[in-house]
Amino acid sequence: MAETLFRKVWNQHAVRQLPNGQTQLYVGLHLIHEVTSPQAFAALAERGWPVAAPDRTFATVDHILPTRTLARPLADSMAETMTSALERNCRAHGIPLFDPSTGSQGIVHVIGPELGLTQPGLTITCGDSHTSTHGAFGAIAFGIGTSQVRDVLASQCLAVSPMKVRRITVTGRLQPGVYAKDVILAIIHTLGVGGGAGFAYEYGGETIDRMSMDERMTICNMSIEGGARIGYVNPDQTTFDYLRGRRYAPQGDAFDRACAWWSSLASDPDASYDDHVTIDASRLAPMVTWGIDPGQSAPVNGHVPTTADAPAGDRARIEEATAFMGVVPGQPIAGTKIDVAFIGSCTNARISDLREAARIVRGRHVAPHVRGLVVPGSQAVAVEAEREGLPEIFRAAGFEWRFAGCSMCLAMNPDRLNGREVCASSSNRNFKGRQGSPTGRTLLMSPAMVAAAAVAGEVTDVRSIIGAGARP
Amino acid sequence: MSASTITRIEGPTLVLRGDDVDTDRIIPARFLKAITFDGLEAHVFEDDRAEATRAGRVHPFDDPARRDARVLFVNHNFGCGSSREHAPQALYRRGLRAVVGSSFAEIFFGNSVAIGLACVTVSPADMARLMAEADADAARACTVDLHGLVLEMGSVRVPVSMPPSARKGLVDGTWDVTGLLLDRYEDVTRVAAALPYLRNFDAA
Repeated sequence: MAETLFRKVWNQHAVRQLPNGQTQLYVGLHLIHEVTSPQAFAALAERGWPVAAPDRTFATVDHILPTRTLARPLADSMAETMTSALERNCRAHGIPLFDPSTGSQGIVHVIGPELGLTQPGLTITCGDSHTSTHGAFGAIAFGIGTSQVRDVLASQCLAVSPMKVRRITVTGRLQPGVYAKDVILAIIHTLGVGGGAGFAYEYGGETIDRMSMDERMTICNMSIEGGARIGYVNPDQTTFDYLRGRRYAPQGDAFDRACAWWSSLASDPDASYDDHVTIDASRLAPMVTWGIDPGQSAPVNGHVPTTADAPAGDRARIEEATAFMGVVPGQPIAGTKIDVAFIGSCTNARISDLREAARIVRGRHVAPHVRGLVVPGSQAVAVEAEREGLPEIFRAAGFEWRFAGCSMCLAMNPDRLNGREVCASSSNRNFKGRQGSPTGRTLLMSPAMVAAAAVAGEVTDVRSIIGAGARP
Repeated sequence: MSASTITRIEGPTLVLRGDDVDTDRIIPARFLKAITFDGLEAHVFEDDRAEATRAGRVHPFDDPARRDARVLFVNHNFGCGSSREHAPQALYRRGLRAVVGSSFAEIFFGNSVAIGLACVTVSPADMARLMAEADADAARACTVDLHGLVLEMGSVRVPVSMPPSARKGLVDGTWDVTGLLLDRYEDVTRVAAALPYLRNFDAA
C-alpha cells in the first residue's frame, strides 16, 4: 500500500496504543540542552528512575552561552548554574555532552546533523520547537515540553496523537538573491502562522529537490512558525552525500545498507495526503517581516499592508503589529532603517549561510549606525569559516565575529537589543520582545538580506547588490 | 504514576484578547534562566503588562478584580512559538486551571495537558459571547465540565471540545503518562530491536 514517509516511520516506531487512545512512540534520538532539561532530570530523581537510553541521548549547551568569552565560571551566575546542572546530569546518567571543550558544541539543531546523529527514518525529539529542522533528513522530528523530556528520558518513548500530512510542492527556479528562507517565509505567509496545526508538512517538488541539506534545514526549521510541529523532506542522494563519513553515520558496508533502508522510507509516488498545496517559487522576491509574527511578511519591494486590504479577521492583529513596530500601513518595506544586524540561529547560521552573507559584505562596510553580529551555528561551522577566511571578511566589514550559540535569536545570553532598536535578523521569530528588549523590533530575512541591510543601514533588496557585482 | 482526576473546573475568569499570542509573550525568555519552574507566576506576561502600563491601560493579568481567576479566555492559536513548558507552568502557578479559546498551538496544548491544565476550544462566536459575559462581571464564575463537554457562565451555556485522548487523560486521571510508558517495557524493547539503525543496519 502506498504510504507517506511520515506513516512508514511512525508505524515502525509505534509500540502500542495507550488507554487514552494515543500512540506510544519509540524515540530514536533524544537531544537535550540546558534550558528545558533540568526540571526533567529533577523529576526523574524524585521518582528514582534511571535514564532509559543514555546511548540514544545527546546533549549540548547552546541557549545561555555567552558568545564573547567562554571562561568559567560564566559571568552570569544563572547561566553558570544551568550549565553546571547539565554537566552534572549528563555525568550522572552517562549522556555524552558536546560542550565547548569538545570542539563539537553548537546549536543543538546544527550539531545533530553535523555529527551524523540526525539520519533518515529516525524519530527525533528535543525540548525545543525548532527540532523540526531535523526533518530535512527524512526524520520525524518534533519539539516537546519539559514533561515530555522527562517521559523520553525515563522511557525513550512518548505518548503522541496522530497527525495529518500536508504535501507542500515547491516548483520553479529561485532567482539569484532569493533563498530557502524566502521560500519558507512565503509558505508561512500563505498558509498562516496557525495553518499547520495538526499537520506534518512534507516539502517536495523540483525546487526542494535541488536544494542542499543546509537549505532544506532552513525550510524544515521554520515549519513550527507555520504551526506545523513537524516538517520533512524525503531522503535522496543529496541526503546520503551529506551524511557519508560523518562521525555517527553508519560506516563502510553499513552505510550502503543504510542508504537502501533510507530510500525505502521516501513517500511512495502514489501516496495520498490529507492536503496538498503548490507554491511557485520562481516569482518570489526576498521576503522581510514587518510585524510581530513570522507570517506578517512582504516582498522587499512590497509594502506594509493596510487594514483596508486585509480580511476583517486580520485587522486587529495588523493594527497591533504596526503600532508595536512603529510602521505605517502602506509604507514601503525597503528603506526601513535598522540599528542591528544579526546573522545567526538554528535557521541560518550554517556554513553556506555565512558564505552567502560574506559574499555580500566583502569589500563593503556596515553603515556607521549599525551594530553587526555574526554568530556561527556551531564550533564546526566556525572552524570551517575560519579555514575559508570568512571571519576576516566580516571583521573587515565591521561585524563582530563571535563564539557559537543561540545568541540574539532569543537573547538568553548577553547578546540582545536595547530599547526600541530595530534588528535585521536571520533568525526565526519576530515576536514582541523576542530579542531581549521588551520594546525591541525584529525584521526576519535571509542572511544575505541581513548583510545587505547592514551595509545599507536600512532594508534593501540584496538583488541590487548581487546585480552590482558581489564576488562569488 | 497516578494523577488526580480533573473533571470540572470552576471559578472566576480572565479575558486575554488577541490571536497568535506566543509563548515568548506568556513568559519572556529571560525568565527561563533557572533550573526549576518556581516563581514563574510573577513574570507571566511581564512585558505585555509593562507595555499596557506605559500606555495607561491595566493589563488583564494586573486587574485586581481578576486576581483569583481560574479560567482564562483567549482567542485563536494561543501559545504559538517556542515549546517552553514554562508558559503553561506560569499560567498554572498563577492559579489558572483551564484555558478556553477558539484554537491552541499544538505544543502548548500538549504541554498544558501534561501538567493538568485543561485547554478546551469553543467556536469563535461562542468565544465572543463568553468574553462579553466575562467583561460584564468579574465576579461571575464559569464552569467547564469535561464530562459533559459544556461550559456554563450565567445564562450562557456552550459546547466545548477537546481531543478525546486529552479529555480521557484528565477525566481518568491518567494525564501524567510516564508510568504508562514504562508499563510492559518488553514491547518497547521489541520495537527497538527491529529498528535497522539500532542494529547497524544488519538484516533482521
